[in-house]
This record gives sequence, C-alpha cells and structure tokens, in this order.
Amino acid sequence: MRYDDIRPDHNVILEIIKDSSLVLDLGCGTGELLYVLIKERKVHAQGIEIDSSAIFKCVAKGLSVFHGDIDTGLAEYEDKSFDYVILNQSLQQVRHVDTVLKDALRVGKKVIVGFPNFAHYASRLQIFFGGKTPVTGALPYQWYETPNLHFLSISDFRSYCRSKDINIEKEIYLGKRKRVKLLPNLFAQIGLFLISNSKNNQ
Amino acid sequence: MTQYFTFDSIQLESGEKFGPVKIAYETYGVLDSERTNAILIVHALSGDAHAAGVDKSDETPGWWDSMIGPNKAFDTNKYFVICSNVFGGCKGSTGPLSINPETGKPYALDFPLISIGDMVECQKRLIEHLGIDTLLTVAGGSMGGMQVLSWLTRYPNRVKSVIPIATAIRHSPQQIAFHEVGRQAIMADPHWKSGNYYDGLHPTKGLAVARMIGHITYMSDASMTEKFGRQRKKSTEPFKFTADFQVEGYLRYRGDNFVKRFDANSYLYITKAMDNFDASDGKPLQESLRGVKTKLLVIAFKSDWLYPAYQSKEIVRACKLAGLDATYCEIDSTCGHDAFLLEVGEETYLITHFLKRVFHEYEVTGNYEI
Repeated sequence: MRYDDIRPDHNVILEIIKDSSLVLDLGCGTGELLYVLIKERKVHAQGIEIDSSAIFKCVAKGLSVFHGDIDTGLAEYEDKSFDYVILNQSLQQVRHVDTVLKDALRVGKKVIVGFPNFAHYASRLQIFFGGKTPVTGALPYQWYETPNLHFLSISDFRSYCRSKDINIEKEIYLGKRKRVKLLPNLFAQIGLFLISNSKNNQ
Repeated sequence: MTQYFTFDSIQLESGEKFGPVKIAYETYGVLDSERTNAILIVHALSGDAHAAGVDKSDETPGWWDSMIGPNKAFDTNKYFVICSNVFGGCKGSTGPLSINPETGKPYALDFPLISIGDMVECQKRLIEHLGIDTLLTVAGGSMGGMQVLSWLTRYPNRVKSVIPIATAIRHSPQQIAFHEVGRQAIMADPHWKSGNYYDGLHPTKGLAVARMIGHITYMSDASMTEKFGRQRKKSTEPFKFTADFQVEGYLRYRGDNFVKRFDANSYLYITKAMDNFDASDGKPLQESLRGVKTKLLVIAFKSDWLYPAYQSKEIVRACKLAGLDATYCEIDSTCGHDAFLLEVGEETYLITHFLKRVFHEYEVTGNYEI
C-alpha cells in the first residue's frame, strides 16, 4: 500500500522507522503519522497531544493517546522505553525545549525532530526587505496567532546538538515538495533530524 | 428487571467471613455464544443495579440510561451489559439494613466493615454465576471507578479492558474530609441511635445534610451559577432562614428526596469503604500492574474538583511506567464531578471507539481513510 498524498515529512519518518518498533509521538495531532506507522511498520505506538478535538480523532482511529502537554508528559516513562520518540513540528511549540529534548533522549533510544527552518531564504527576504516577521509555507502564522514559541534554523539545531554532545545520525531537508541537498539552511523549509545521545552523554 | 443472586459466604478483606450474601443485578442485551461480549457497569455511591431501561414499577430510567442501550455507548445490540448493586448497599444487595439471620433483625452496625475489594469480590462471584470468564470491559465513574481499578489490580486476567472515569487510586485528605462531614451529620442526628433506628424514625435530617454536602462537591462554581445564579424562590418572607435562594431549595429538595431512597447506615459503610480504598495498598500502582495486558481508557473532566484530573493522570502515569496500553482524555466540561453522568456525547464517542478496538482486537481501525 502506498500513501501518495502522505505529507512529505511523514514519508521521511516512515523511511527512518524500522518495523515493529516502539514509538512515542509527542504532539501527535490527529494521529495521521501514527496511523501510517502502525499500518506500514507495525509499530507499537503511543501519542501525546494537548488539543482535545485532535485527541478525539486519535481515539476514533483506535490509537493509544494521552491528552496533555509535552512539557510535563515525559516524566512517567522509564529510560529507553521507546525505540523512537518523535517530535515532529512540535518542538518549536514546547515551553522548555531543553528539558523536553533531554527527556526525549532519555526515554527514547533515538529521537526524530522535525521543525520549520526559520532561516529559509523566503523568510530572510521577508525580514530583510519587508521588515516583517516572515509568513511562509512552513511558518504559516501571523505573529499574533502563531503557536510557535521558538524560532530556530537548521544551523541553530546543529550547533545545539554539538554543544549538548548529541549525535546527529541523519539529517534530511525538505523544500516545498522535494528534498533539499544544497545549502539546506537557505533552501530547506523543514529540517528533520535523527538524533541520539552520544556515549559520554548517557 | 432486577434479579437476585445469593451465595453462602464471602471472605472479607478484613479477614472476617460473612454470609449469606444476596446481590441484586440487572442485565441488558444478549451474551454471545463465545461469551466474549460481557460488560460490567459499576455504580457510584448512591447508584443501584438499575442502570438502564425504564423500570416498569416506577417508570424511572436507569442511572446511566443515556449510555447503555441499543446504539448507545454500551451498545446492547452488540454487548451483554451487567450492573449489580454493591455489597453493603441498600438497593437489593446485602447491606446494613438486611436482616441478620441470627437475630432476625437488621444488621445495623453489626454489619462488618466492608471494602471496595469486597464489592468486587461479589461482582466476580456474580459474573461466574452468569457463566462469564472474561469481561470485555468494566466501566464506572467515581466510586465505580474505584471498583474498576480494583478489578484491574485483583483480576487483570479477567478484564480485557477497563474504563475508570473521574476517579482516584486513593482518596485525598480533601475527599475524606467531605465524607467525614457527611458521616458526622448522620451520626449527630438523634434518630441515628448508633445505627439502631430501623424500627423507629430514621436519621433523615442527618442523611439529607450529608447528601447536600455531596451535591455541592458534585457541582462546580460555574455549573451552580449557570443553574441557580442568585435567584430567589417566590418567598414572601425573606431572611427567616427559609430556602430563599434557588440553590438552597435545590439542595433541600435533593436531600429530602435522597432519604426516601437511601439508608443512612449504608451511607456510612460505603463512604468509609471509599475512604479506605487504595488500589495498590499503599505501594506505587505501577508495581501492581507489571505484566498486565488489560487496556485502559481513563476519562477525567476539567471542572471536576472533587476528583481532579491530576488523580486520573496518576492512574495513567502508573500504567505508562508498567507498560500498559492506556488512553487518557480530559473532557472539557463545566459540570464538575457530575459531568460523568452528564457529558454523554463525548463519553459516548470515546467509549464507542475504544470498545470497538478492544472487542475486535485490532491495533487501529481498518476502514479509516488517510
């Protein structure tokens, strides 16, 4: 079975995740990604989501989900409870990024992080020439209605991982529809990272 | 229609042996030939076996009739639903007002101290009597939720899933405190007479006050404002301690009505059982759940301050630590603790989908289109 209209970032994650893994999706929304992962990879999945109408849709799909916020939702898991913890398009919305990432790396053997790249050239142009907070495909919100609390670029995340001694095992960059290889910090709308704790970090 | 099941004796959690025990119960729907579609509904403090349908004798609908029946959350076209009155109750099951065969009089305070676990033990006997080995689910709110948790820790292999609603692993001091005020109101009533009131006047004032306190804790600031505001009743003589405000009239009405249908001693015994309840005997709950395969749907309500959402989250947290499959949902409601009886739409949605998944044993719904 192929999902032709599956979101490109979901496709990337589908490629990364191995069969029958244990997966925790932080900020799972209406559960589309988890649903595809269960169907295609036979994963054992759980999700955490704050939005109640999204949670109802997850339950309708038969998913096992926790209605709550990510910032406080990770404490109840034992170390290495999951093969993968997913933070797709949700990291920029949590209050304490540092704590959440640390906890995600604790409860998951590997963590998949996906976020909109704030340094995409369209954003740069809008700031530089328009003098306005950018509104782009990956960052579609006006400044007064955005759920995003943090604005980061691909370079930001890379240097963050370096400073925290976090292994970057894979990095994949997405443009509007296609993957980006050249100068991702300029041309990618979305960055997806597969990360894990380095040995001396555990 | 209410039926009765009697057995010789039960070994109580306190160690005491007690008998005979009669349990009142009702069933709805049909048990399938594989006996895999049985659901046990467990009631809250003042509930009874009459959970669904309309009682022919007094034409009252069951206490959870909005949730149990054809095409409802607990769909009796698909599932066989059982509900029994708890042991210690006063709605047909053996309790303090039952006749002690040794004396020929009501037990009153000779009735032994009972626990939530004892109630569950009686329910287990009942389902065995009905020829059921494994329940598809056990569901209930408030004290019902405590019985649900007790099923989970005592007989995890007998329940494929459980649905604890607006409940707690154990009572907080605040919850115990409200119960204690209710009990003190009963015991302060001169007609209580250390429980020996069955041949005379009953402690109706005390029980009514206990119920009034209960009703306050079941509502929320918002739901009371919405329901009563500061509206006065059509009273011509204000300020003489009549029920001037509508909320006062409501509480008095509820209190007075309650004493017609409930036994004060039962109230004492059952509230004490709730206060003493601890789903995992003081240990962290996750220790009692390791290796358990039962699936959970845990539901809490935003404005419920009697059983706040954090208590439901504690249940889920323990499940996560023990590796159980648990779904948690906090329904946005202004109804307070009463929400579990009132928020029918949301509960129906969640429970219908959850049960479908447990009954058919699939990971995710098959017909969902991306």
